[in-house]
Amino acid sequence: MNLLSFFNRRTSAPVARERLQILLAHERGIVGGKPDLVAQLREEILAVVRRHVMVEQDNVQVKMNRDSDISTLEIEIEIPGPGQVAASA
Amino acid sequence: MAKVLVVTSGKGGVGKTTSSAALGAALAHGGEKVVVIDFDVGLRNLDLVMGAERRVVFDLINVVQGDAKLNQALIRDKRMENLSLLPASQTRDKDALTEEGVARVLNELREKFDWIICDSPAGIERGATMAMRHADVAVVVTNPEVSSVRDSDRIIGLLDSKTELAEKGGRIEKHLLLTRYDPARAERGEMLKVDDVLEILSIPLIGIIPESEEVLRASNVGSPVTLNNPASAPGRAYFDAVRRLKGETVELTIPTDKKGLFGKLFGRRAA
Repeated sequence: MNLLSFFNRRTSAPVARERLQILLAHERGIVGGKPDLVAQLREEILAVVRRHVMVEQDNVQVKMNRDSDISTLEIEIEIPGPGQVAASA
Repeated sequence: MAKVLVVTSGKGGVGKTTSSAALGAALAHGGEKVVVIDFDVGLRNLDLVMGAERRVVFDLINVVQGDAKLNQALIRDKRMENLSLLPASQTRDKDALTEEGVARVLNELREKFDWIICDSPAGIERGATMAMRHADVAVVVTNPEVSSVRDSDRIIGLLDSKTELAEKGGRIEKHLLLTRYDPARAERGEMLKVDDVLEILSIPLIGIIPESEEVLRASNVGSPVTLNNPASAPGRAYFDAVRRLKGETVELTIPTDKKGLFGKLFGRRAA
């Protein structure tokens, strides 16, 4: 190891931390009782919204963050602009 | 009121048995009546770590199945009369542990002891689920290393869903015991820090056991580290953990094995 690589060496612990955070966010969704709660929520929310506005499957984002005290559910639905709306009512 | 404490981790080799023995001896040192139960059916080792391997006659399975009385299977520690061991079977299968049988044994132990420490096997199979099933308190042993943290996360999920307390709608008291921690490496960014692990697992910390030669030295001679060398860094760390377990507020420090110049020069002493 030369002097330059010694100073440029990237520490590995932050990598470990980041990998774990991503992995566990995913695994907690699957293992935490219900099989893929997020996917199920996504389907049902999409069905409700589609009764009024036509939205694409890909335009619905559902994210869940779990913590010891509070968990948050983040839903983002992209609705087509006025020109594209074809009301299905 | 007796407390049933499970020492668990998911991953093997992180220090469950070492910690069970050390916590048990430290609690007993404080005058509590303690029994440590080995749930690792087929691969028992608590007897060896506690120096009682030649005194095993009957085991947990014999008692669960009614082939032996509890008093015949309990081994009283030779150094501390209020510390006992209930060994696992070396020949039987983990399926011999029935839920009713384990519950009956634990209820009987609750009459005799203040603390019942269940040393869980690795994994998430029957031995591990039986060890946690009836627990009031859980100590999750974790190394600052990715696979250990991942498995601990999984075990925390099981503690919150598969224990008797959780099924009744209660919440099992969970504590994190971080073992084999090297503060110098963590500081250099080579090892997950205490705060990293705490943030990921989000359960309260009961203690940090530093990486130390004393742990191997103690198991070599069959003595819990808290008994073999209470003044050592891991010894003090376990004693602090026990005080927190009993509800005391103890400032969180990471004890070190201080070596003088002489110790540094002639550090390699025989156990």
